[in-house]
Amino acid sequence: MALSREQMAQRVAKELQDGFYVNLGIGIPTLVANYVPEGMELMLQSENGLLGMGEFPTEDTIDPDLINAGKQTVTAVKGASFFSSAESFAMIRGGHVDLTVLGAFEIDVNGSIASWMIPGKLIKGMGGAMDLVAGADNIIVMMTHADKRGNSKLLPLCELPLTGYGCIKRVITDLALLEIKDGAFHLIERAPGVSVEEIQSKTAGKLTVNGDVPEMVL
Amino acid sequence: MAGLNKVVSSYTEALAGLKSDMTIMVGGFGLCGIPEGLINQMTTMDVTGLTAISNNAGVDDFGLGLLLQKRQISTMIASYVGENATFEKQMLSGELNVILTPQGTLAEKIRAGGAGIPAFFTATGYGTPVAEGKETREIKGRHYVLEDSLTSDFALVRAWKADTMGNLVFRKTAANFNPMMATAGKITVVEAEHIVEPGELDPDHIHTPGIYVDRVIQGTFEKRIEQRTVKA
Repeated sequence: MALSREQMAQRVAKELQDGFYVNLGIGIPTLVANYVPEGMELMLQSENGLLGMGEFPTEDTIDPDLINAGKQTVTAVKGASFFSSAESFAMIRGGHVDLTVLGAFEIDVNGSIASWMIPGKLIKGMGGAMDLVAGADNIIVMMTHADKRGNSKLLPLCELPLTGYGCIKRVITDLALLEIKDGAFHLIERAPGVSVEEIQSKTAGKLTVNGDVPEMVL
Repeated sequence: MAGLNKVVSSYTEALAGLKSDMTIMVGGFGLCGIPEGLINQMTTMDVTGLTAISNNAGVDDFGLGLLLQKRQISTMIASYVGENATFEKQMLSGELNVILTPQGTLAEKIRAGGAGIPAFFTATGYGTPVAEGKETREIKGRHYVLEDSLTSDFALVRAWKADTMGNLVFRKTAANFNPMMATAGKITVVEAEHIVEPGELDPDHIHTPGIYVDRVIQGTFEKRIEQRTVKA
């Protein structure tokens, strides 16, 4: 069975480590925050100028001066800090963020990612995504394996305008966890009950399968 | 105004000298930390053809969206404009020239502009449409794009507290682009929630020193919330 968004978030949460500074992109990646293991201490970075993002506020504690990168009202945890956008992207571009999780429209075997523009259809802007993918070594792309029409989003070459060139090394989809290296997607784990054949059939870019591929443990 | 007292008493005075075809920077992230009164004042002025530099374009009926509705902006430099339908319409019809810029690059362009750095290399955007037509260089095995810095005729900034000499303190995530923009305007106008006397702000806690600031006005703010989210 393909993973739900929550299950994808659960699997990504297994990559978190105690003491990490983490940037979770807008949309599905924010769900990862719900699965931080008990007792683990980490700080969420929000690129609009907050390190130490907390949960949503109550009606009583809502503060228009305290939002996240998705413009949602949030809170700040104990030990949080506020800073300018320049400082925020110094953290990001300077490689100080330990893990970045973000969504995408497409990725390819070279590790390129497209996530911000569909010509003629959608032009909202790239926000901080281009800086995030250029700045982090440890990036996980989180997305469905295929689009609603069944077209693969794991391609030989991205067709949409790029967000970053050759910068993505890991991707989690609803079907699999894959690594990108040497011009191919390497199948690391399968979603429970999903066959290698199904993953192969929905991966347009070159897929490398080595031996028995274990099922994900959630 | 006398000496280093930068307080002005009217919005007219605050934006005196702002003319058509000028470049303006406007602080804020979404609707958070925007200089609301200064934007409203611009809508009453007979200025058009503005180049506006701001992370976002407001929403249809608030923030910079108000200037777009009145067609006062001809070029917009921003990183994300998804919240504004007027914007999208004007962009698609070609009425509005839009330069989409990665958020971190935008912040650094402004920081560099204010610091007298004409351009800088960044890995952001290499190999993407953002790098088209720009100089690139390989440095220590990595590819970088040369990005020009930005300055403006006017920088419109919102601060939490300002003293009369223009020393500024920002509050929470309402800081965002405001501190850099304060440094990059030929004329920097600050709309403050509170104006205090010199000495009332702890010098150790000042975010923006008054040297960057030309005018300070007491503002009143609606502080509209774009995505009101509360705990379930």
